[in-house]
Amino acid sequence: MGAAFLELRDLRVSYGRVEALHGVSLRIEQGEIVAILGANGAGKTTTMAAVSGLIKPAGGGIFFDGRPLHTLHSHEVVRLGITLAPEGRRLFGTLTVLENMELGAFTLKDKRRAATIRDWIFELFPRLAERVEQLAGTLSGGEQQMLAIGRALMGDPKVLLLDEPSLGLAPIPARSIFASVREINRQGVTVLLVEQNARAALKIASRGYVMEVGKVVMEDRADALLANTDIQSAYLGRSKTS
Amino acid sequence: MEELFQQLTNGLAVGAIYALIALGYTMVYGMLRLINFAHGDLFTLGAYLGLTLLAAFALEGKMNGLAVGGALIVMSMGLVALVGYLLERIAYRPLRNSNRLTAVVSALGASIFFSNAIMLAYGARSQVYPGGILPTTAIAFFGVEIPLMRILMFIGAIALMLALYWFIHRTRIGSAIRAVAIDQGAAKLMGINVNSVISLVFLIGPGLGAAGGVMVGLYYGEIRYDMGFSFGLKAFTAAILGGIGNIPGAMLGGLLLGVIEALGAAYISIAWKDAIAFTVLILILIFRPTGLLGERVADKL
Repeated sequence: MGAAFLELRDLRVSYGRVEALHGVSLRIEQGEIVAILGANGAGKTTTMAAVSGLIKPAGGGIFFDGRPLHTLHSHEVVRLGITLAPEGRRLFGTLTVLENMELGAFTLKDKRRAATIRDWIFELFPRLAERVEQLAGTLSGGEQQMLAIGRALMGDPKVLLLDEPSLGLAPIPARSIFASVREINRQGVTVLLVEQNARAALKIASRGYVMEVGKVVMEDRADALLANTDIQSAYLGRSKTS
Repeated sequence: MEELFQQLTNGLAVGAIYALIALGYTMVYGMLRLINFAHGDLFTLGAYLGLTLLAAFALEGKMNGLAVGGALIVMSMGLVALVGYLLERIAYRPLRNSNRLTAVVSALGASIFFSNAIMLAYGARSQVYPGGILPTTAIAFFGVEIPLMRILMFIGAIALMLALYWFIHRTRIGSAIRAVAIDQGAAKLMGINVNSVISLVFLIGPGLGAAGGVMVGLYYGEIRYDMGFSFGLKAFTAAILGGIGNIPGAMLGGLLLGVIEALGAAYISIAWKDAIAFTVLILILIFRPTGLLGERVADKL
């Protein structure tokens, strides 16, 4: 097995004395969409926080293109090309849409590149273009998620980490977010996606991992997971007997 | 009428100094939810360093008085900014993740350290700023003579505040400061080095305080090792008056407090000057706890 584009090797994370991740290993190849599924408390968000450098692992490692990430600060991880649209979106609510996007491009030195990406994001999410001067906190849920993704894309990432992008959204805006994620991936951005809406995530993903209480319990191609009866009953809301 | 105009301009000049100091309190609070009690003492340090620099470079009389005053302010700002930076690295950063009360105790300790260090270095008696550095002439406005120094101080303080406002709202680093004040975690995800931004705030705030210190020395002609206590308390009141964590609030609060205090001293009694200032604080805390501009709670800078 050669080195993956992004690889988590036996990753352990502890909060105080409580270990939240008990040795998680994941591999993401360049250009993929990989989904992480699991119930609340499975450690999905913790995994994302560890990759983006917000929390330091207690053991194991994270490697990007062969380089260790787990020794870096979060702002250095962003500079390497990995950005996170976090759970709950974490927008700067009292700043405008445009100011939020400009902060997303904080590490980008090339102003022309930033303008190109911004135009692309406005093409992807025309609603944001209409609301550039509006305060981020006054946007609808769907628009806020668009902005959170747009802001993360403004850093010109090679890998986009998306933590629960459809959380709290009505079905139609959620569907449009998933369509946008697929489009973003088509433009060459590798995507690691954490989702509670397992069916929608697996439909756009090439592969998926299933986590339970801090461990990966299953990994497979997305279509195989969609067809798996255990997965269907646990995460896709279909009982085994029906 | 003349008395009113005199008191009003005096209040605005002193209030501008309060505002300058208040910015240091409010920026640090906006970022760390910490009240930097040592800030008033850094202001005092600025005043004393101005005096030392004046003697060390024998500046007096060498050039134009305005240039001397400007040079003293700039040099003192630079040195005190450095002290502010070290203060954060030594006394606050190691406690960043501990209980907030712990950092407050550390801030109180730092305040005592600085005021005693200044007292030991310069003596407990007040020191005299040489008069006549800045022109002592007065300018007539509508037949009222206003000391030029008062006008210069007001303009100087306002210019520094406008520069800060421009920096915070119009530059890339300024928006990073605003982002860190709103949400440190999200700011990290933007690739912002939060520690550097906090260091920067501890350079800017004490630097502005030092400018206020030199201005007070030039204006009143006398400084004391413990003057940071009363000026610090007033500036802190100004910061709360405007809404702590809010930069325009600190500016407004400072000017307002200066004017209220000056008018109170003139028309009620000079002995009640401080009591009037703190009565304003109590009334604000009762009727508008978020301060005048503090209604946008999430918008901390």
